[in-house]
Amino acid sequence: MKSNEYKGAPLLEVRNLSISFTRYEGLWRQRKQCLVRDLSLEVKEGEMVAVVGSSGSGKSLLAHGVMGLLPYNASWDGEIYYKGELLTEKRLRKLRGREMVFVPQSVSYLDPLMRVGEQVRKGARSEKSREQCQQVLKRYGLGKETETLYPFELSGGMTRRILIATAVQEHPGLVIADEPTPGLHLEAAKRVLSHFREIADDGAGVLLITHDLELAVQVADRIVVFYAGTNLEEAWAADFTDEKKLRHPYTKALYRAMPQNGFKAVSGFQPYEKEFGEGCVFAPRCEACEARCHEPVYCRKLRGGMVRCWKGEEEGDVCEIREKGRGQGGDLWEKGEDNETKMNQARVDNFLI
Amino acid sequence: MEKNGKGTKAGWGRFLAGKCVRGGLLLFLVSAVAFWLVSVSPLDPLTANVGQTAMGSMSQEQIEKLEIYWGVGEPPVKRFLAWVGDFFRGDMGMSLLYRQPVARVIQVRLKNSLWLMATAWVISGVAGFGLGILAGTKKDSVADRLVCAYALVTASTPSFWLALVFLMVFAVWLGWLPVGLSVPIGMEDAGVTLADRIRHGILPALTLSVTGISNIALHTREKMIQVMESDYVLFAWARGEGSRRIVFQHGVRNILLPALTLQFGSVSEIFGGSILVEEVFSYPGLGQAAVNAGLGSDVPLLLGITVISAVIVFSGNLTADILYEVVDPRLRRERRGM
Repeated sequence: MKSNEYKGAPLLEVRNLSISFTRYEGLWRQRKQCLVRDLSLEVKEGEMVAVVGSSGSGKSLLAHGVMGLLPYNASWDGEIYYKGELLTEKRLRKLRGREMVFVPQSVSYLDPLMRVGEQVRKGARSEKSREQCQQVLKRYGLGKETETLYPFELSGGMTRRILIATAVQEHPGLVIADEPTPGLHLEAAKRVLSHFREIADDGAGVLLITHDLELAVQVADRIVVFYAGTNLEEAWAADFTDEKKLRHPYTKALYRAMPQNGFKAVSGFQPYEKEFGEGCVFAPRCEACEARCHEPVYCRKLRGGMVRCWKGEEEGDVCEIREKGRGQGGDLWEKGEDNETKMNQARVDNFLI
Repeated sequence: MEKNGKGTKAGWGRFLAGKCVRGGLLLFLVSAVAFWLVSVSPLDPLTANVGQTAMGSMSQEQIEKLEIYWGVGEPPVKRFLAWVGDFFRGDMGMSLLYRQPVARVIQVRLKNSLWLMATAWVISGVAGFGLGILAGTKKDSVADRLVCAYALVTASTPSFWLALVFLMVFAVWLGWLPVGLSVPIGMEDAGVTLADRIRHGILPALTLSVTGISNIALHTREKMIQVMESDYVLFAWARGEGSRRIVFQHGVRNILLPALTLQFGSVSEIFGGSILVEEVFSYPGLGQAAVNAGLGSDVPLLLGITVISAVIVFSGNLTADILYEVVDPRLRRERRGM
């Protein structure tokens, strides 16, 4: 884990990212749902940033948005910079899969009828790529015979390691990992995360998207707390040793919900997109909610991190004020998830809800 | 149930034996039903084949002889069992209409039909697969809409009507192709060239292909859309793989097997279609013989054709099953006990 003073060159900067979907409501009425709103974050070289949020908070959309993989009915707004340059679609096409790689979460992301080796090599047949593929697999404790297996023959842990191998094969600058741990028992999950830590220690930036705060705190440098489509706080992983170091009431509630810190859950649920008000999305559940919390809240710098709360005003300076349009209403949160995710979330949801 | 114990040769043997038993049962039932249908048919074989006027001028003796020839008055079950017994001894009987052994009639007719059906089968399979991929890859594009429109229109067009339209346009108005039959009229068998046969086969084969394409194209399109929306294709995009590789490496790989199964399963449809098409074009194939046999109460020939077509359709389906077992790595590995 890097210390609080760590300052690498910024690799990925996301500024005021909003992602919305156009959907039909009933037969004719089109409606825009804004599922990620006004999100900003930064990943530096050699740094591992964890985006932590409960299911349905829009984390995966963030990953897809950065990689330019949003479905056709989605639109986005805001700016994304990679190595200081604006990430245009043309540039993204060049970088995607080479400089910027995506590590998906499950075996369904592998072609069921293609052997693992061919998939890791992206079909390349040269001696060099074969050798490299074997080396990469070996690095993750996978033997030569793994190359000839089909995805249905892999165990959960092997699948994760192979998915990581597909990323490392490219010598990437930025790795975006979408929920790499569900379905794994604690030891395996830790091992998988340690692989990402290694990648960061080798100099690449890692954006880890997870719902497992406990594991994220152990392995990441910084934690971005995600709630109802936006970032409420950005904290150093070390801040999670003490409630006083945390900035946002939601993060503090998460902290208190961790088993070792009292296991206390806050009442209420994450709001649906339809219920997002003008003000702070956490206000309905916040103990310290005041009248001004129902007005728009902006991000503020605070103690080396960031917070989206009026409370930060006394200490921090306003880092940005930008009026953003809000979308109305939506039902994405109600969308069913696959069972695997649900099962593995049971543990975490205890303190995320 | 068929997946158990295929690690061994005995396992394969059991798989094939099971299929054969089912095939045999199928043949028996199909011929029984065909026989039953003929025997309940209100058509009187004598009136149908000899004609009302001819019968009027015949003596009672002659009519009795004819009745014996056509098997009138004999109990149907007895006739059917006699046929089954002969069949097992390798004798398919004599065709009453053609006055030739059934086996010989079927052989000649099948040769005419087979290449017609094979051509239509290959064309509809290849074209349908190609169009399906094109449409499925670019869902909602102009190409997709055209393919869908084509498939829906031809799927709801009766093949005999289409045959009539082709006949009118290409044979009557344009005069490019012959109106019917498989060889030129009034020509000796030795003088018929391959080109003649091909010219006569084009329209029937075309009709069969055009209607056969839609089914394959729509199914392939559906599968392709599924693949293009799958997680692994999303990941392939994320890894910067090009659209060509995505379509041909991931797409085709994953839809080929279902497409092959469908293609072998579609043998029955081509077969069914060929009966109508051969009627329209007076093409002397198996389908036409089947119609004649059915209408003329030529029971031995009808049963012979029924059995042969059932065998062909059954082998199509069996091939699809075996292909699945052999080609799909998921089933293949299971057999090896991995």
